[in-house]
Amino acid sequence: MTRLSAGFLPLMDAAILIAAARLGFADQEGIELQLMRDASWANIRDRIAIGHFDAAHMLAPMPIAANLGLGPLPGRLAAPFAMGLGGNAICVGNELAAEILSQGDGASTLPIHDAALSGHRLAAALEQRRRGGRATRFAVVHSHSGHNLELRYFMAASGIDPDGDVEIVIVPPPFMPDALASGRIDGFCVGEPWSNVAIARGVGRVIATKNAIWRSSPEKVLAVRHVLLDDDPGLVHALVRALYRAAVWCDEPGNHSELAHLLAEPGHLNVPATILQDSLAGRFGPDDDTGGRDFFVTCRRAATFPWRSHALWLYSQMVRWNLLDHSSANAKIANGTYRPDVYRAALAGTDALLPASDAKVEGALTQARDLPSADGRTLLIGPDGFMDGRIFDPAELDSYIAEQRGDVK
Amino acid sequence: MASEETTSVLVIDDNPIRASIIEEGLRAAGCMQVRLATDMHGIAATIEALQPDVIVIDLGNPNRDMLENAFQLSRAVKKPIAMFVDHSDAAATAAAIEAGVSAYVVDGLKPQRIKPILEMAVGRFNAFAKMERELQMARDALSERKLVERAKAILMRQRNIDEERAYRIMRSAAMNQNRRLAEIAESLITAASLLDDEK
Repeated sequence: MTRLSAGFLPLMDAAILIAAARLGFADQEGIELQLMRDASWANIRDRIAIGHFDAAHMLAPMPIAANLGLGPLPGRLAAPFAMGLGGNAICVGNELAAEILSQGDGASTLPIHDAALSGHRLAAALEQRRRGGRATRFAVVHSHSGHNLELRYFMAASGIDPDGDVEIVIVPPPFMPDALASGRIDGFCVGEPWSNVAIARGVGRVIATKNAIWRSSPEKVLAVRHVLLDDDPGLVHALVRALYRAAVWCDEPGNHSELAHLLAEPGHLNVPATILQDSLAGRFGPDDDTGGRDFFVTCRRAATFPWRSHALWLYSQMVRWNLLDHSSANAKIANGTYRPDVYRAALAGTDALLPASDAKVEGALTQARDLPSADGRTLLIGPDGFMDGRIFDPAELDSYIAEQRGDVK
Repeated sequence: MASEETTSVLVIDDNPIRASIIEEGLRAAGCMQVRLATDMHGIAATIEALQPDVIVIDLGNPNRDMLENAFQLSRAVKKPIAMFVDHSDAAATAAAIEAGVSAYVVDGLKPQRIKPILEMAVGRFNAFAKMERELQMARDALSERKLVERAKAILMRQRNIDEERAYRIMRSAAMNQNRRLAEIAESLITAASLLDDEK
């Protein structure tokens, strides 16, 4: 047995990592996986940099930011595995929810699966607030997060300037429902179960799921220290296989009750299992009490594959919102942070379906489609469309970045 | 210490006891400008008003992400603030994170002025952790003593023996099995409760 330590934050999308450690998938690969729950993304970033953790559950843009030198400590990271697709939502407080509803057609529910419509009504509500001299504040968990980037994309696509029309602040995930209840923020974008916790407490309602903004979009990755990959690639491969098997298990709806109870434990998320079952199923109180729209996908449709096009899209948005400067050298570093080659090497010889390419044109698959896998079997992938119908072709990165510069300013 | 050489330090810690231990240490080390903040509310304004050279925050505080963002946005801070001035001092960085200390330092501040502050904070954090551990051990010892008392009573009742004999049986079992007395007591209590259930 080889001991590996992995950090995580209390979020539903730590499910694959927790299942791997606790349900025997890591053991089967000869890994004694020690989980360490942490309190902030900054801690996860610093602790993996100094070697407290060998690996971590990490916001997808974070290893890219680390390799571009945006963090305080040196140390390269690699992202050889994605921890599923989707899993976030934009949630607003009751007051703003009522204002958004009043812009609608009289229906009492919010169109959480139609981000364009929801965004349009949010823009109208914000315009009304602006006329009334009222400011609006949203929260995300970190600037280098999918939450920050998708909230900004959602706003920009709806004609809202995320830097001028609203204020975006940082709040730790477990504190979001409290911040909303106290009125310190008007809305947030965060991973589950924190929107469902706000709904259960009666302090918030979801206006859009991550999936409605960009279907089948990346959220967390497994980050490993690059030195570990250099020194012992076989061990990283074994870890990827363990996580893959855990992801297969998590993907099975029949296992969700057990998964919810596992995640609910005090040492993991410390949130009631009933709430986590809603989170896993993608149910959001009265605005969607049926769920089941691929809200959080852990394995099927190549959900764990680290697409280079995901890395480059995240990079393009970090440039868009002035978190870094665009250069071909920087784009190359971002692209190289994701390691589909490691994923392929780890799963070669298993029954896992591997995509035929390392990147795809994001937004091209308006519907799920059967594509040939690397070994000629069929692999169902997508849909991957953006809410505004825009296409991201990673081969046209420069023009995509240039186009968006002219959008909202 | 000349006034222009005075380093101002802001300590952010939601544990008021630990915060005051650190504050006292900083003052003893000659830092006259020490401010404590236990609440993150309005922290950006505090930073702006205080203009600290060094900010110390515990790693267990989930608000580190919020704090870092406040630095990015704040115009008040003279230069971007980085954690640990000297990246080459990996051992000091590791020791600080090990202890649960995170420090932010205004870029350009001389390393020799930071080092004693950090070392002091690390030392105080470790002392506080040790104190907490000892407190926990004392609590555990108390509950262990209660366990032993309960187990002793069970044995006395079951075997109809006196207290001293019950204690000796447990102690020799602990010695023979190389286990702690409390563990023996725990298994006795568990066994007794199982047997009680069967009745």
